[in-house]
Amino acid sequence: MAGIPHDSYEPSTRAESWLHRRLPVLSLVYDTLMIPTPKNLNWMWIWGIVLSFCLGLQIVTGIVLAMHYTPHVDLAFASIEHIMRNVNAGHMIRYVHMNGAALFFIAVYAHIFRGLYYGSYKEPREVTWIIGILIFVLMMGTAFMGYVLPWGQMSFWGATVITGLFGAIPFIGEPIQTWLLGGPAVENATLNRFFSLHYLLPFIIAGLVVVHIWAFHTTGNSNPTGVEVRRGTREEAKKDTVSFWPYYIVKDLFALAVILAAFFAVVGFMPNYLGHPDNYIEANPLVTPAHIVPEWYFLPFYAILRAFTGEVWVVQLASFLTGGIIDAKFFGVIAMFGSIVVLALAPWLDTSSVRSGRYRPMLKWWFWLLVIDFLVLMWLGAQPAEEPYATFALIASAYWFFYFLIILPLLGVIEKPLPRPDTIEKDFDDHYPPDGGASTKSVAAE
Amino acid sequence: MIGKFTLSAIAALGLAAPAIAAGGAGHVEDFEFSFEGPFGTYDEMQLQRGLKIYTEVCSACHGLQYVPLRTIGDEGGPRLPKEQVRAYAQFWEVFDEELDDFRAAKPQDHFPGSADENAPDLSLMAKARAGFHGPYGSGLSQFFRGMGGPEYIASLIAGYTGKEKEEAGSIFYENTAFSGGWISMAPPLEDGLVEFDDESPNDVRAMSQDVAAFLMWAAEPKLNSRKEDGFVAVLFLIILSVLLYLSNKRLWSPIKRRGTDDV
Repeated sequence: MAGIPHDSYEPSTRAESWLHRRLPVLSLVYDTLMIPTPKNLNWMWIWGIVLSFCLGLQIVTGIVLAMHYTPHVDLAFASIEHIMRNVNAGHMIRYVHMNGAALFFIAVYAHIFRGLYYGSYKEPREVTWIIGILIFVLMMGTAFMGYVLPWGQMSFWGATVITGLFGAIPFIGEPIQTWLLGGPAVENATLNRFFSLHYLLPFIIAGLVVVHIWAFHTTGNSNPTGVEVRRGTREEAKKDTVSFWPYYIVKDLFALAVILAAFFAVVGFMPNYLGHPDNYIEANPLVTPAHIVPEWYFLPFYAILRAFTGEVWVVQLASFLTGGIIDAKFFGVIAMFGSIVVLALAPWLDTSSVRSGRYRPMLKWWFWLLVIDFLVLMWLGAQPAEEPYATFALIASAYWFFYFLIILPLLGVIEKPLPRPDTIEKDFDDHYPPDGGASTKSVAAE
Repeated sequence: MIGKFTLSAIAALGLAAPAIAAGGAGHVEDFEFSFEGPFGTYDEMQLQRGLKIYTEVCSACHGLQYVPLRTIGDEGGPRLPKEQVRAYAQFWEVFDEELDDFRAAKPQDHFPGSADENAPDLSLMAKARAGFHGPYGSGLSQFFRGMGGPEYIASLIAGYTGKEKEEAGSIFYENTAFSGGWISMAPPLEDGLVEFDDESPNDVRAMSQDVAAFLMWAAEPKLNSRKEDGFVAVLFLIILSVLLYLSNKRLWSPIKRRGTDDV
């Protein structure tokens, strides 16, 4: 299925032949695992495996949790405590699920920023990118609804605030909000549908992951140079690539094991560090928490949502031009969703003919500034909505859009890219010189 | 309690800003608890003392509705012997829906909920009051010094100044740990209020730590076994990482030395 010429599957036993004539499933597995992969991939190409693992982990632990959880406003909170205290290993399963969501987001952010730096989104991988962003959006939806299920104070008030965003849409907002909640406010109907969707969405994500993989197995992987694998002949392609199994699977598993060691240190020794303490207080519609703070992985977008207040001239202008239809609240909602839309449009906003940031001297600076900007937004999202944080948040939010809407289109015109290697083989040889083995002592492992 | 070294290193870096309670005003003291750090475990004797203080003092108003009575016999908890658990359970009355009446509790029942509706249930208080401490909302003091709910609870109980004031018909007591500085809960402990068979110290400061430790156990009864599991998992994964690292290195070595075409 890959465009890169490679050996294809040949049934080697009679049983395999029998099956292959009827259903070429082994061929599919073979082609997927043996796909020629650029041999110069660096450590930022490990996140795909981590993400696949996270999805599996969340589904498996989630299914067990669902066996013991009760989606009812009077029983949900107590059923979580039942899991924590009475279910065999329930406390570990829940803590793994809770922190698994955090690992999932760490990995997805690393994966997305990898794509941004190395231009993985560029022609011909736009569809891979778009599917990826869709997966990311569904992940956020799933995580948000999952956070509501324990029915703690932050669950309840987070749900109230976030579903309230839909209410900010002019004219049709309120009916949409009521429709989403299943009533005028967050209540039992809301909890039930969130539980149902929280169980459903991961499987839709799994389906999209298959499409995501299918798409980049069709185009071939991107790589740190952004130079394409040579496809003229099988021999040429072989010089640029290694097969995914065993080379990258073993490498990726090593990375996964290291990451999981850190993950289980968090689960074992500080499982509640990333969670909000208020979620150990049962939801109470009559008591609003002092600060309503979403989970850390939503903070950058939450900061963008809050940044555009009625005092910002852009907001005032938008309000004036639309005759007040776009008010500050709606503007914030547009900005938050817009921040993800510009991310999705990166393949068309970036005008540079060079893929990899490695050979783009100007992009490098702007890119790292974007990474810092993202972390600053994350910190600001957790701060109270007051000065000086509000001003910082506005500047940081503006930069996010500035990067995608101004920098990416502009750099393609004004930037002078550095010389790139002609082939992946050349890049690889620069790192690992062909005669390097001769000069250093070459003792083959036995 | 990751270590005195880390603590002093952080202090030297000037990061150890005074810890601020969740509310933002109170002062939380960094008490030492046996269960801090990756290897810290509950002190059985301290949990038993805490249970006694809870039973004799706190339970007059507060409840522990999510905590099954039988768990006070569990390993990693106060670990009372079976007969004592049964005898202790009978001390409580619970409402039985089948009998439609109150009866003496059995070990499989939970602790009763709060007797006073203004007194919050304490089952999860040690986790709900963990705060997310500074400096600058970074959570560093929590990470390095293990500052959390038990510190807050002990600081609160030991934090009364003795001053009180009346406002709108209610009496408020000045407290250095409570956000806002004035709390409606009267000082629950005084020196010597509860006596221990082994004559452990029973001044307010010592007892506030005992009861905070007990409430931490009530909120997180599986802490000991969780840390053991975490330790085993991390150890296993480190060994696995080393093996995979070596496999990976060997696997790639022909390629990185410019392997031949038979790759």
